[in-house]
Formats: sequence, structure tokens, C-alpha cells
Amino acid sequence: MAVYKHSYQRYGGELTAIWSRFLILPRYAFQEVFRSKFLIALLVGSYVCPVVYALIIYLHHNLTALRILNTNPAFLVAIDKHFFYMFLQIQAGVGFLLSALVGPGLISPDLANNALPLYLSRPFSRVEYVLGKMSVLIILLSAITWVPGLLLLLLQSNLEGGSWFVSNLRIAGALCLGSWIWILFLSLFSLTLSAWVKWRFVAGALLFGLLSFVEGMGAAINNIFDTNAGYLINLSEVMRTVWSSLFALQGNGRIALDDAWRSLLAFCVICLLMLSRKVKAYEVVK
Amino acid sequence: MDPVIQLDHLSVNFGTRPILKRLTAELSGRAIGLLGPNGAGKTTLIHTLLGFHPSVEGTARICGMDIRRNAKQVRTLIGYMPENDSFIARMTAVRFLRLMAELSGLPPREAMERAHEALFYVGLGEARYRELGTYSQGMKQLAKLAQAIVHGPRILFLDEPTNGLDPPARQRLLRLIREIRDGGQVHLILSSHLLHDVEECCEEVLILKEGQIRVYCNLEEERRANRKFLELETAGDNNGSFLSALEQAGCQCAVNGSRRIKMVLPQSVEIRDIYHLAADRQIQIRRLHHKRDSLEDIFLKAMEENHGRL
Repeated sequence: MAVYKHSYQRYGGELTAIWSRFLILPRYAFQEVFRSKFLIALLVGSYVCPVVYALIIYLHHNLTALRILNTNPAFLVAIDKHFFYMFLQIQAGVGFLLSALVGPGLISPDLANNALPLYLSRPFSRVEYVLGKMSVLIILLSAITWVPGLLLLLLQSNLEGGSWFVSNLRIAGALCLGSWIWILFLSLFSLTLSAWVKWRFVAGALLFGLLSFVEGMGAAINNIFDTNAGYLINLSEVMRTVWSSLFALQGNGRIALDDAWRSLLAFCVICLLMLSRKVKAYEVVK
Repeated sequence: MDPVIQLDHLSVNFGTRPILKRLTAELSGRAIGLLGPNGAGKTTLIHTLLGFHPSVEGTARICGMDIRRNAKQVRTLIGYMPENDSFIARMTAVRFLRLMAELSGLPPREAMERAHEALFYVGLGEARYRELGTYSQGMKQLAKLAQAIVHGPRILFLDEPTNGLDPPARQRLLRLIREIRDGGQVHLILSSHLLHDVEECCEEVLILKEGQIRVYCNLEEERRANRKFLELETAGDNNGSFLSALEQAGCQCAVNGSRRIKMVLPQSVEIRDIYHLAADRQIQIRRLHHKRDSLEDIFLKAMEENHGRL
């Protein structure tokens, strides 16, 4: 089908590996994301906390710098599991903001423009489509949560000595697992909203609104029925419980760990069911 | 010629409602028209072959591959131009086509090359850097065709390709489809309710009605067959006994309106016999003329089978 030949020619060249094709979607999506200067600024801004944390770790091990700053090392935050737990909480909050801005624009334009039949008429499945779209958020959120977290951990191990890393190996696991749980949930939740709400700004606002609404509803349930069951639909409470257990910290005991896991699982299953209802080549109207 | 598409008792339901009912056929033509009134199941058949709808019974094979077991391999062979607007409004045409080509498995470099080529081929070369949302209806149809051929498929499904086009744009698109067909590199399945479009582009037709195959024939062979076609118009509305007499004489009749009858005469029946039959029943023939077997005739006959009228 060369331009100069003006005739239809079948393609007979090499094909890419089927397993790798879902990665085409994030490549195109990132080109869209980085067209927005605001998002670039936000992404850069999300590294403020890791830089501050890196400075704290550095100061802990540099007496000269402390002397210049006229600071007593005892006043610096201790570098332990609490330190990294706080880091995860801050970065998870930034990640939430980022996914509220990026997530809603991932599926809704395809649905609004009826583009799904074009994707799915190719050797490309619904699962690959969702995975491809999800990987946009997974890559973005990983870049601001567990990746800088592990780098901080390595910096600390390097300055403190290898034995510190071995004795605090659990922190690395907690940081990775805690981040991944949050990333997967957040990606699923924003994709679900993106699939169900055609207007991306409304979907973004809903991401904030729904979580606040559910949190408020949970508080109301607790007050009315004099119970703690309302915390099960309070996502920040559920995540705090899970993260505390991963970091081996004392939780606030409002909900049991098993219940928190079940609640998280239920959230994810609901999101998956809702996604599978919307991500179809054609909707059969009953 | 090996069949391109084999339908093997293929049945599809939407909920409990049957949409396709035990379709069985072997389609082997270079360009096959899929005809039928609205709701006949044309689009559902295409969607089922693409794997969008699961079959409740039977299966289909495309180039010998089962559509359920080898869904991905089958879709590698297919290019699909959907009926409705389907694109990403904020993307430029060339970027959109490149994405579609990459999803079909082409490496990025080849995908970009073919995206440019496909857009030039359909006549959108000058507009390839414009966002698809700014395209006119005719340009959108061409862009849809370009995305269907960008990866060089072996089979091209075109679902109502001339929808919403003005006559010159329609002619342009049909010319392009004929060009693709005549290149001999691709099998075309053209679904339409416009008989003229199918007649212009296709060698074979598959006529569906109420989810069932009514006719599958080669248009040229049908035309070449030694048959006598007549169209006559009577004075009165009451043709019941006349029709039965014609059918008893071996004529295949199709009623088009209350006074018009289209028929195929068998070798043994002459035109004078028709006049005798009409005179015996005091039916006045107002007009009678020979007609070649057009697609419209085949279609009308198919529609009237079992019911006698449209």
C-alpha cells in the first residue's frame, strides 16, 4: 500500500509479541498526560516529599552538616518503620490526587467516541485493554510511591550499613506491598469511574466525592448503630489498618485486620464487576 | 476455492431472544454482500464472527480457524469498519491509525509507515495531521476504512460503509471498495441494506431474514441462469386465485404491492399461458414486461418466502 503505488497490499512483515501489546496503550496515554503542564508540575511536585526525606536521612549521617545547621541529631525524626510509614501515607495522598486527574481520562474518551469495537476487533482482549489502561496509573503511582521509598531505604542502608537493611527488611516488603495494594485499588477505582462517567471532570470530582461520601456514611452508621462497622467502608481507615499491620505497627483497633482485607477485596471485586459491564465492544440493550 | 467463512449451525441469543438461528453456510467469494432488512441479524453476525457475542450453539470458522478457540488469530486476519462513528476525537488521523496498526501487531515503525500509506490510499493524505473530531462525515467514513485496512488484513468486514454519505462521497467510497476487491488481496464482507451498494461491489450475496439464511447465491450465476423474469401489473386487487394458478403452473411469484407481481417462468410456460390464466379468472393485465434478475428480485423473493409478502 505504498503511497506512490496507490494499491492495497497485505502486510507480511514481522509481528510484535502478543503479550507485549497491552503496553502500547500506556505509551500513547503518557503522550497525552505529558501534554498537560499542570500534570507535569504535579508530578514534579510529588517528589518534594522524597527529596525532604532523603535530606533527613543524609543529615542523620552527616555531623558536619548538622553542625553547620546548628541542629542536635536527637531532634531529627528517627529513621525507622514509623518514618517510612509516614512516607507511604504522604505519597499515597499525592498518588490519589494524581489518579483523580489522570484516571478519569483513560477509558471515558474511548467509550464516548465508541472506540472500543475498534480495539476489540483486533487481537486484543478486554483484559489486555483494562491492563493497558491500568498500567498507566500503575507506572505513574509506582514512580512516586514504592520506587522512591525503596531508594530512600537503600540510601539509609548505604549510610547506616548493610546490617541495618537486613534487620529492617520488613520495611522494604511493607513499602512495596502497601504501595501495590493502594495502587491497584486506586487504579481500579478510577478506571471504574472513568468507564461509568463519560465526562472526565465529573469522574475526577466523583473520585473525591464518592470517597468522602462513603466515609461520611460510615461515620453515620457508627453513630446511629453505636458500632465500628461503618469503618469498613471508610477506605482511609481500611488502608491504615492494612498498612499498620504490614509495618508491624500498633493499629488503632477500630477494625480487625481480617475485616479490613475483606473490605478491600470487596471494593476491588465491585470495581471489577462494574468495569466488566462497561468494557465491552457493544452493549446489548435489553 | 476454500471457504473463507464457514457457519456451522451458528446460533446467537441476546438474553433469551434468539437473534441468529442455526446459520449454516460456506462463504467463499471474493466479495460477499450481507443483505437483509433492519434487525435481520447482519451486524450481529459480523460481531459474532469478531467474537463480540458468544454463540449459544454451533460455531463458525474463518480461514479454517474456529472463532471461539482461535479468537486472537482470527482477529489478526480481519479488518473491521463499524457502522457507527468509532474513533478517538482528540487524536490526529495518522496517530490514530498508527495506534490501531500497533494493536494489530505491527512494530511502531511499520505501523507509522502504513498509517501514512493507508491515509493517502483512501484520499485523506492532506488531512492526516488533523484531529478526527474535526472531520466531515465523509472523511470519518474514509478514516474508518483506513483503520480497517492499515494492518493489511486478509478479510475486510464493512458494516454499512456508505451510511450518511452524500451521492458523490458514496460513489467515491464504493469505487475505493471495488478497487480493494479488484486488487485480489482481500476478501470483502459488505453488510448493507442498500441493494445498490451490494450489487456494485459484491459477487455473492447472503440474505438474512429474522436471523435465518434465506438465500446464498452468486449474483453472476443467477443472472446468467436461463430463466425468464416477468413483471406484471393487474387492474384489480384480488389476485389470489391468479397467483395460485401461476404457482400451480410452476411459476415462482413474488408480490410487490397489491397489484404488482414479479415472477420467474419455468421452461414449460410461455407468456401466452399467463394471458390465458388471467383471462380465465377475469383478471385484467395492465402492464407486462420482461425483467432481468436484479439483486432486488432476488432480495424480494427471499423476503417473501414463507410469508408471501413483505
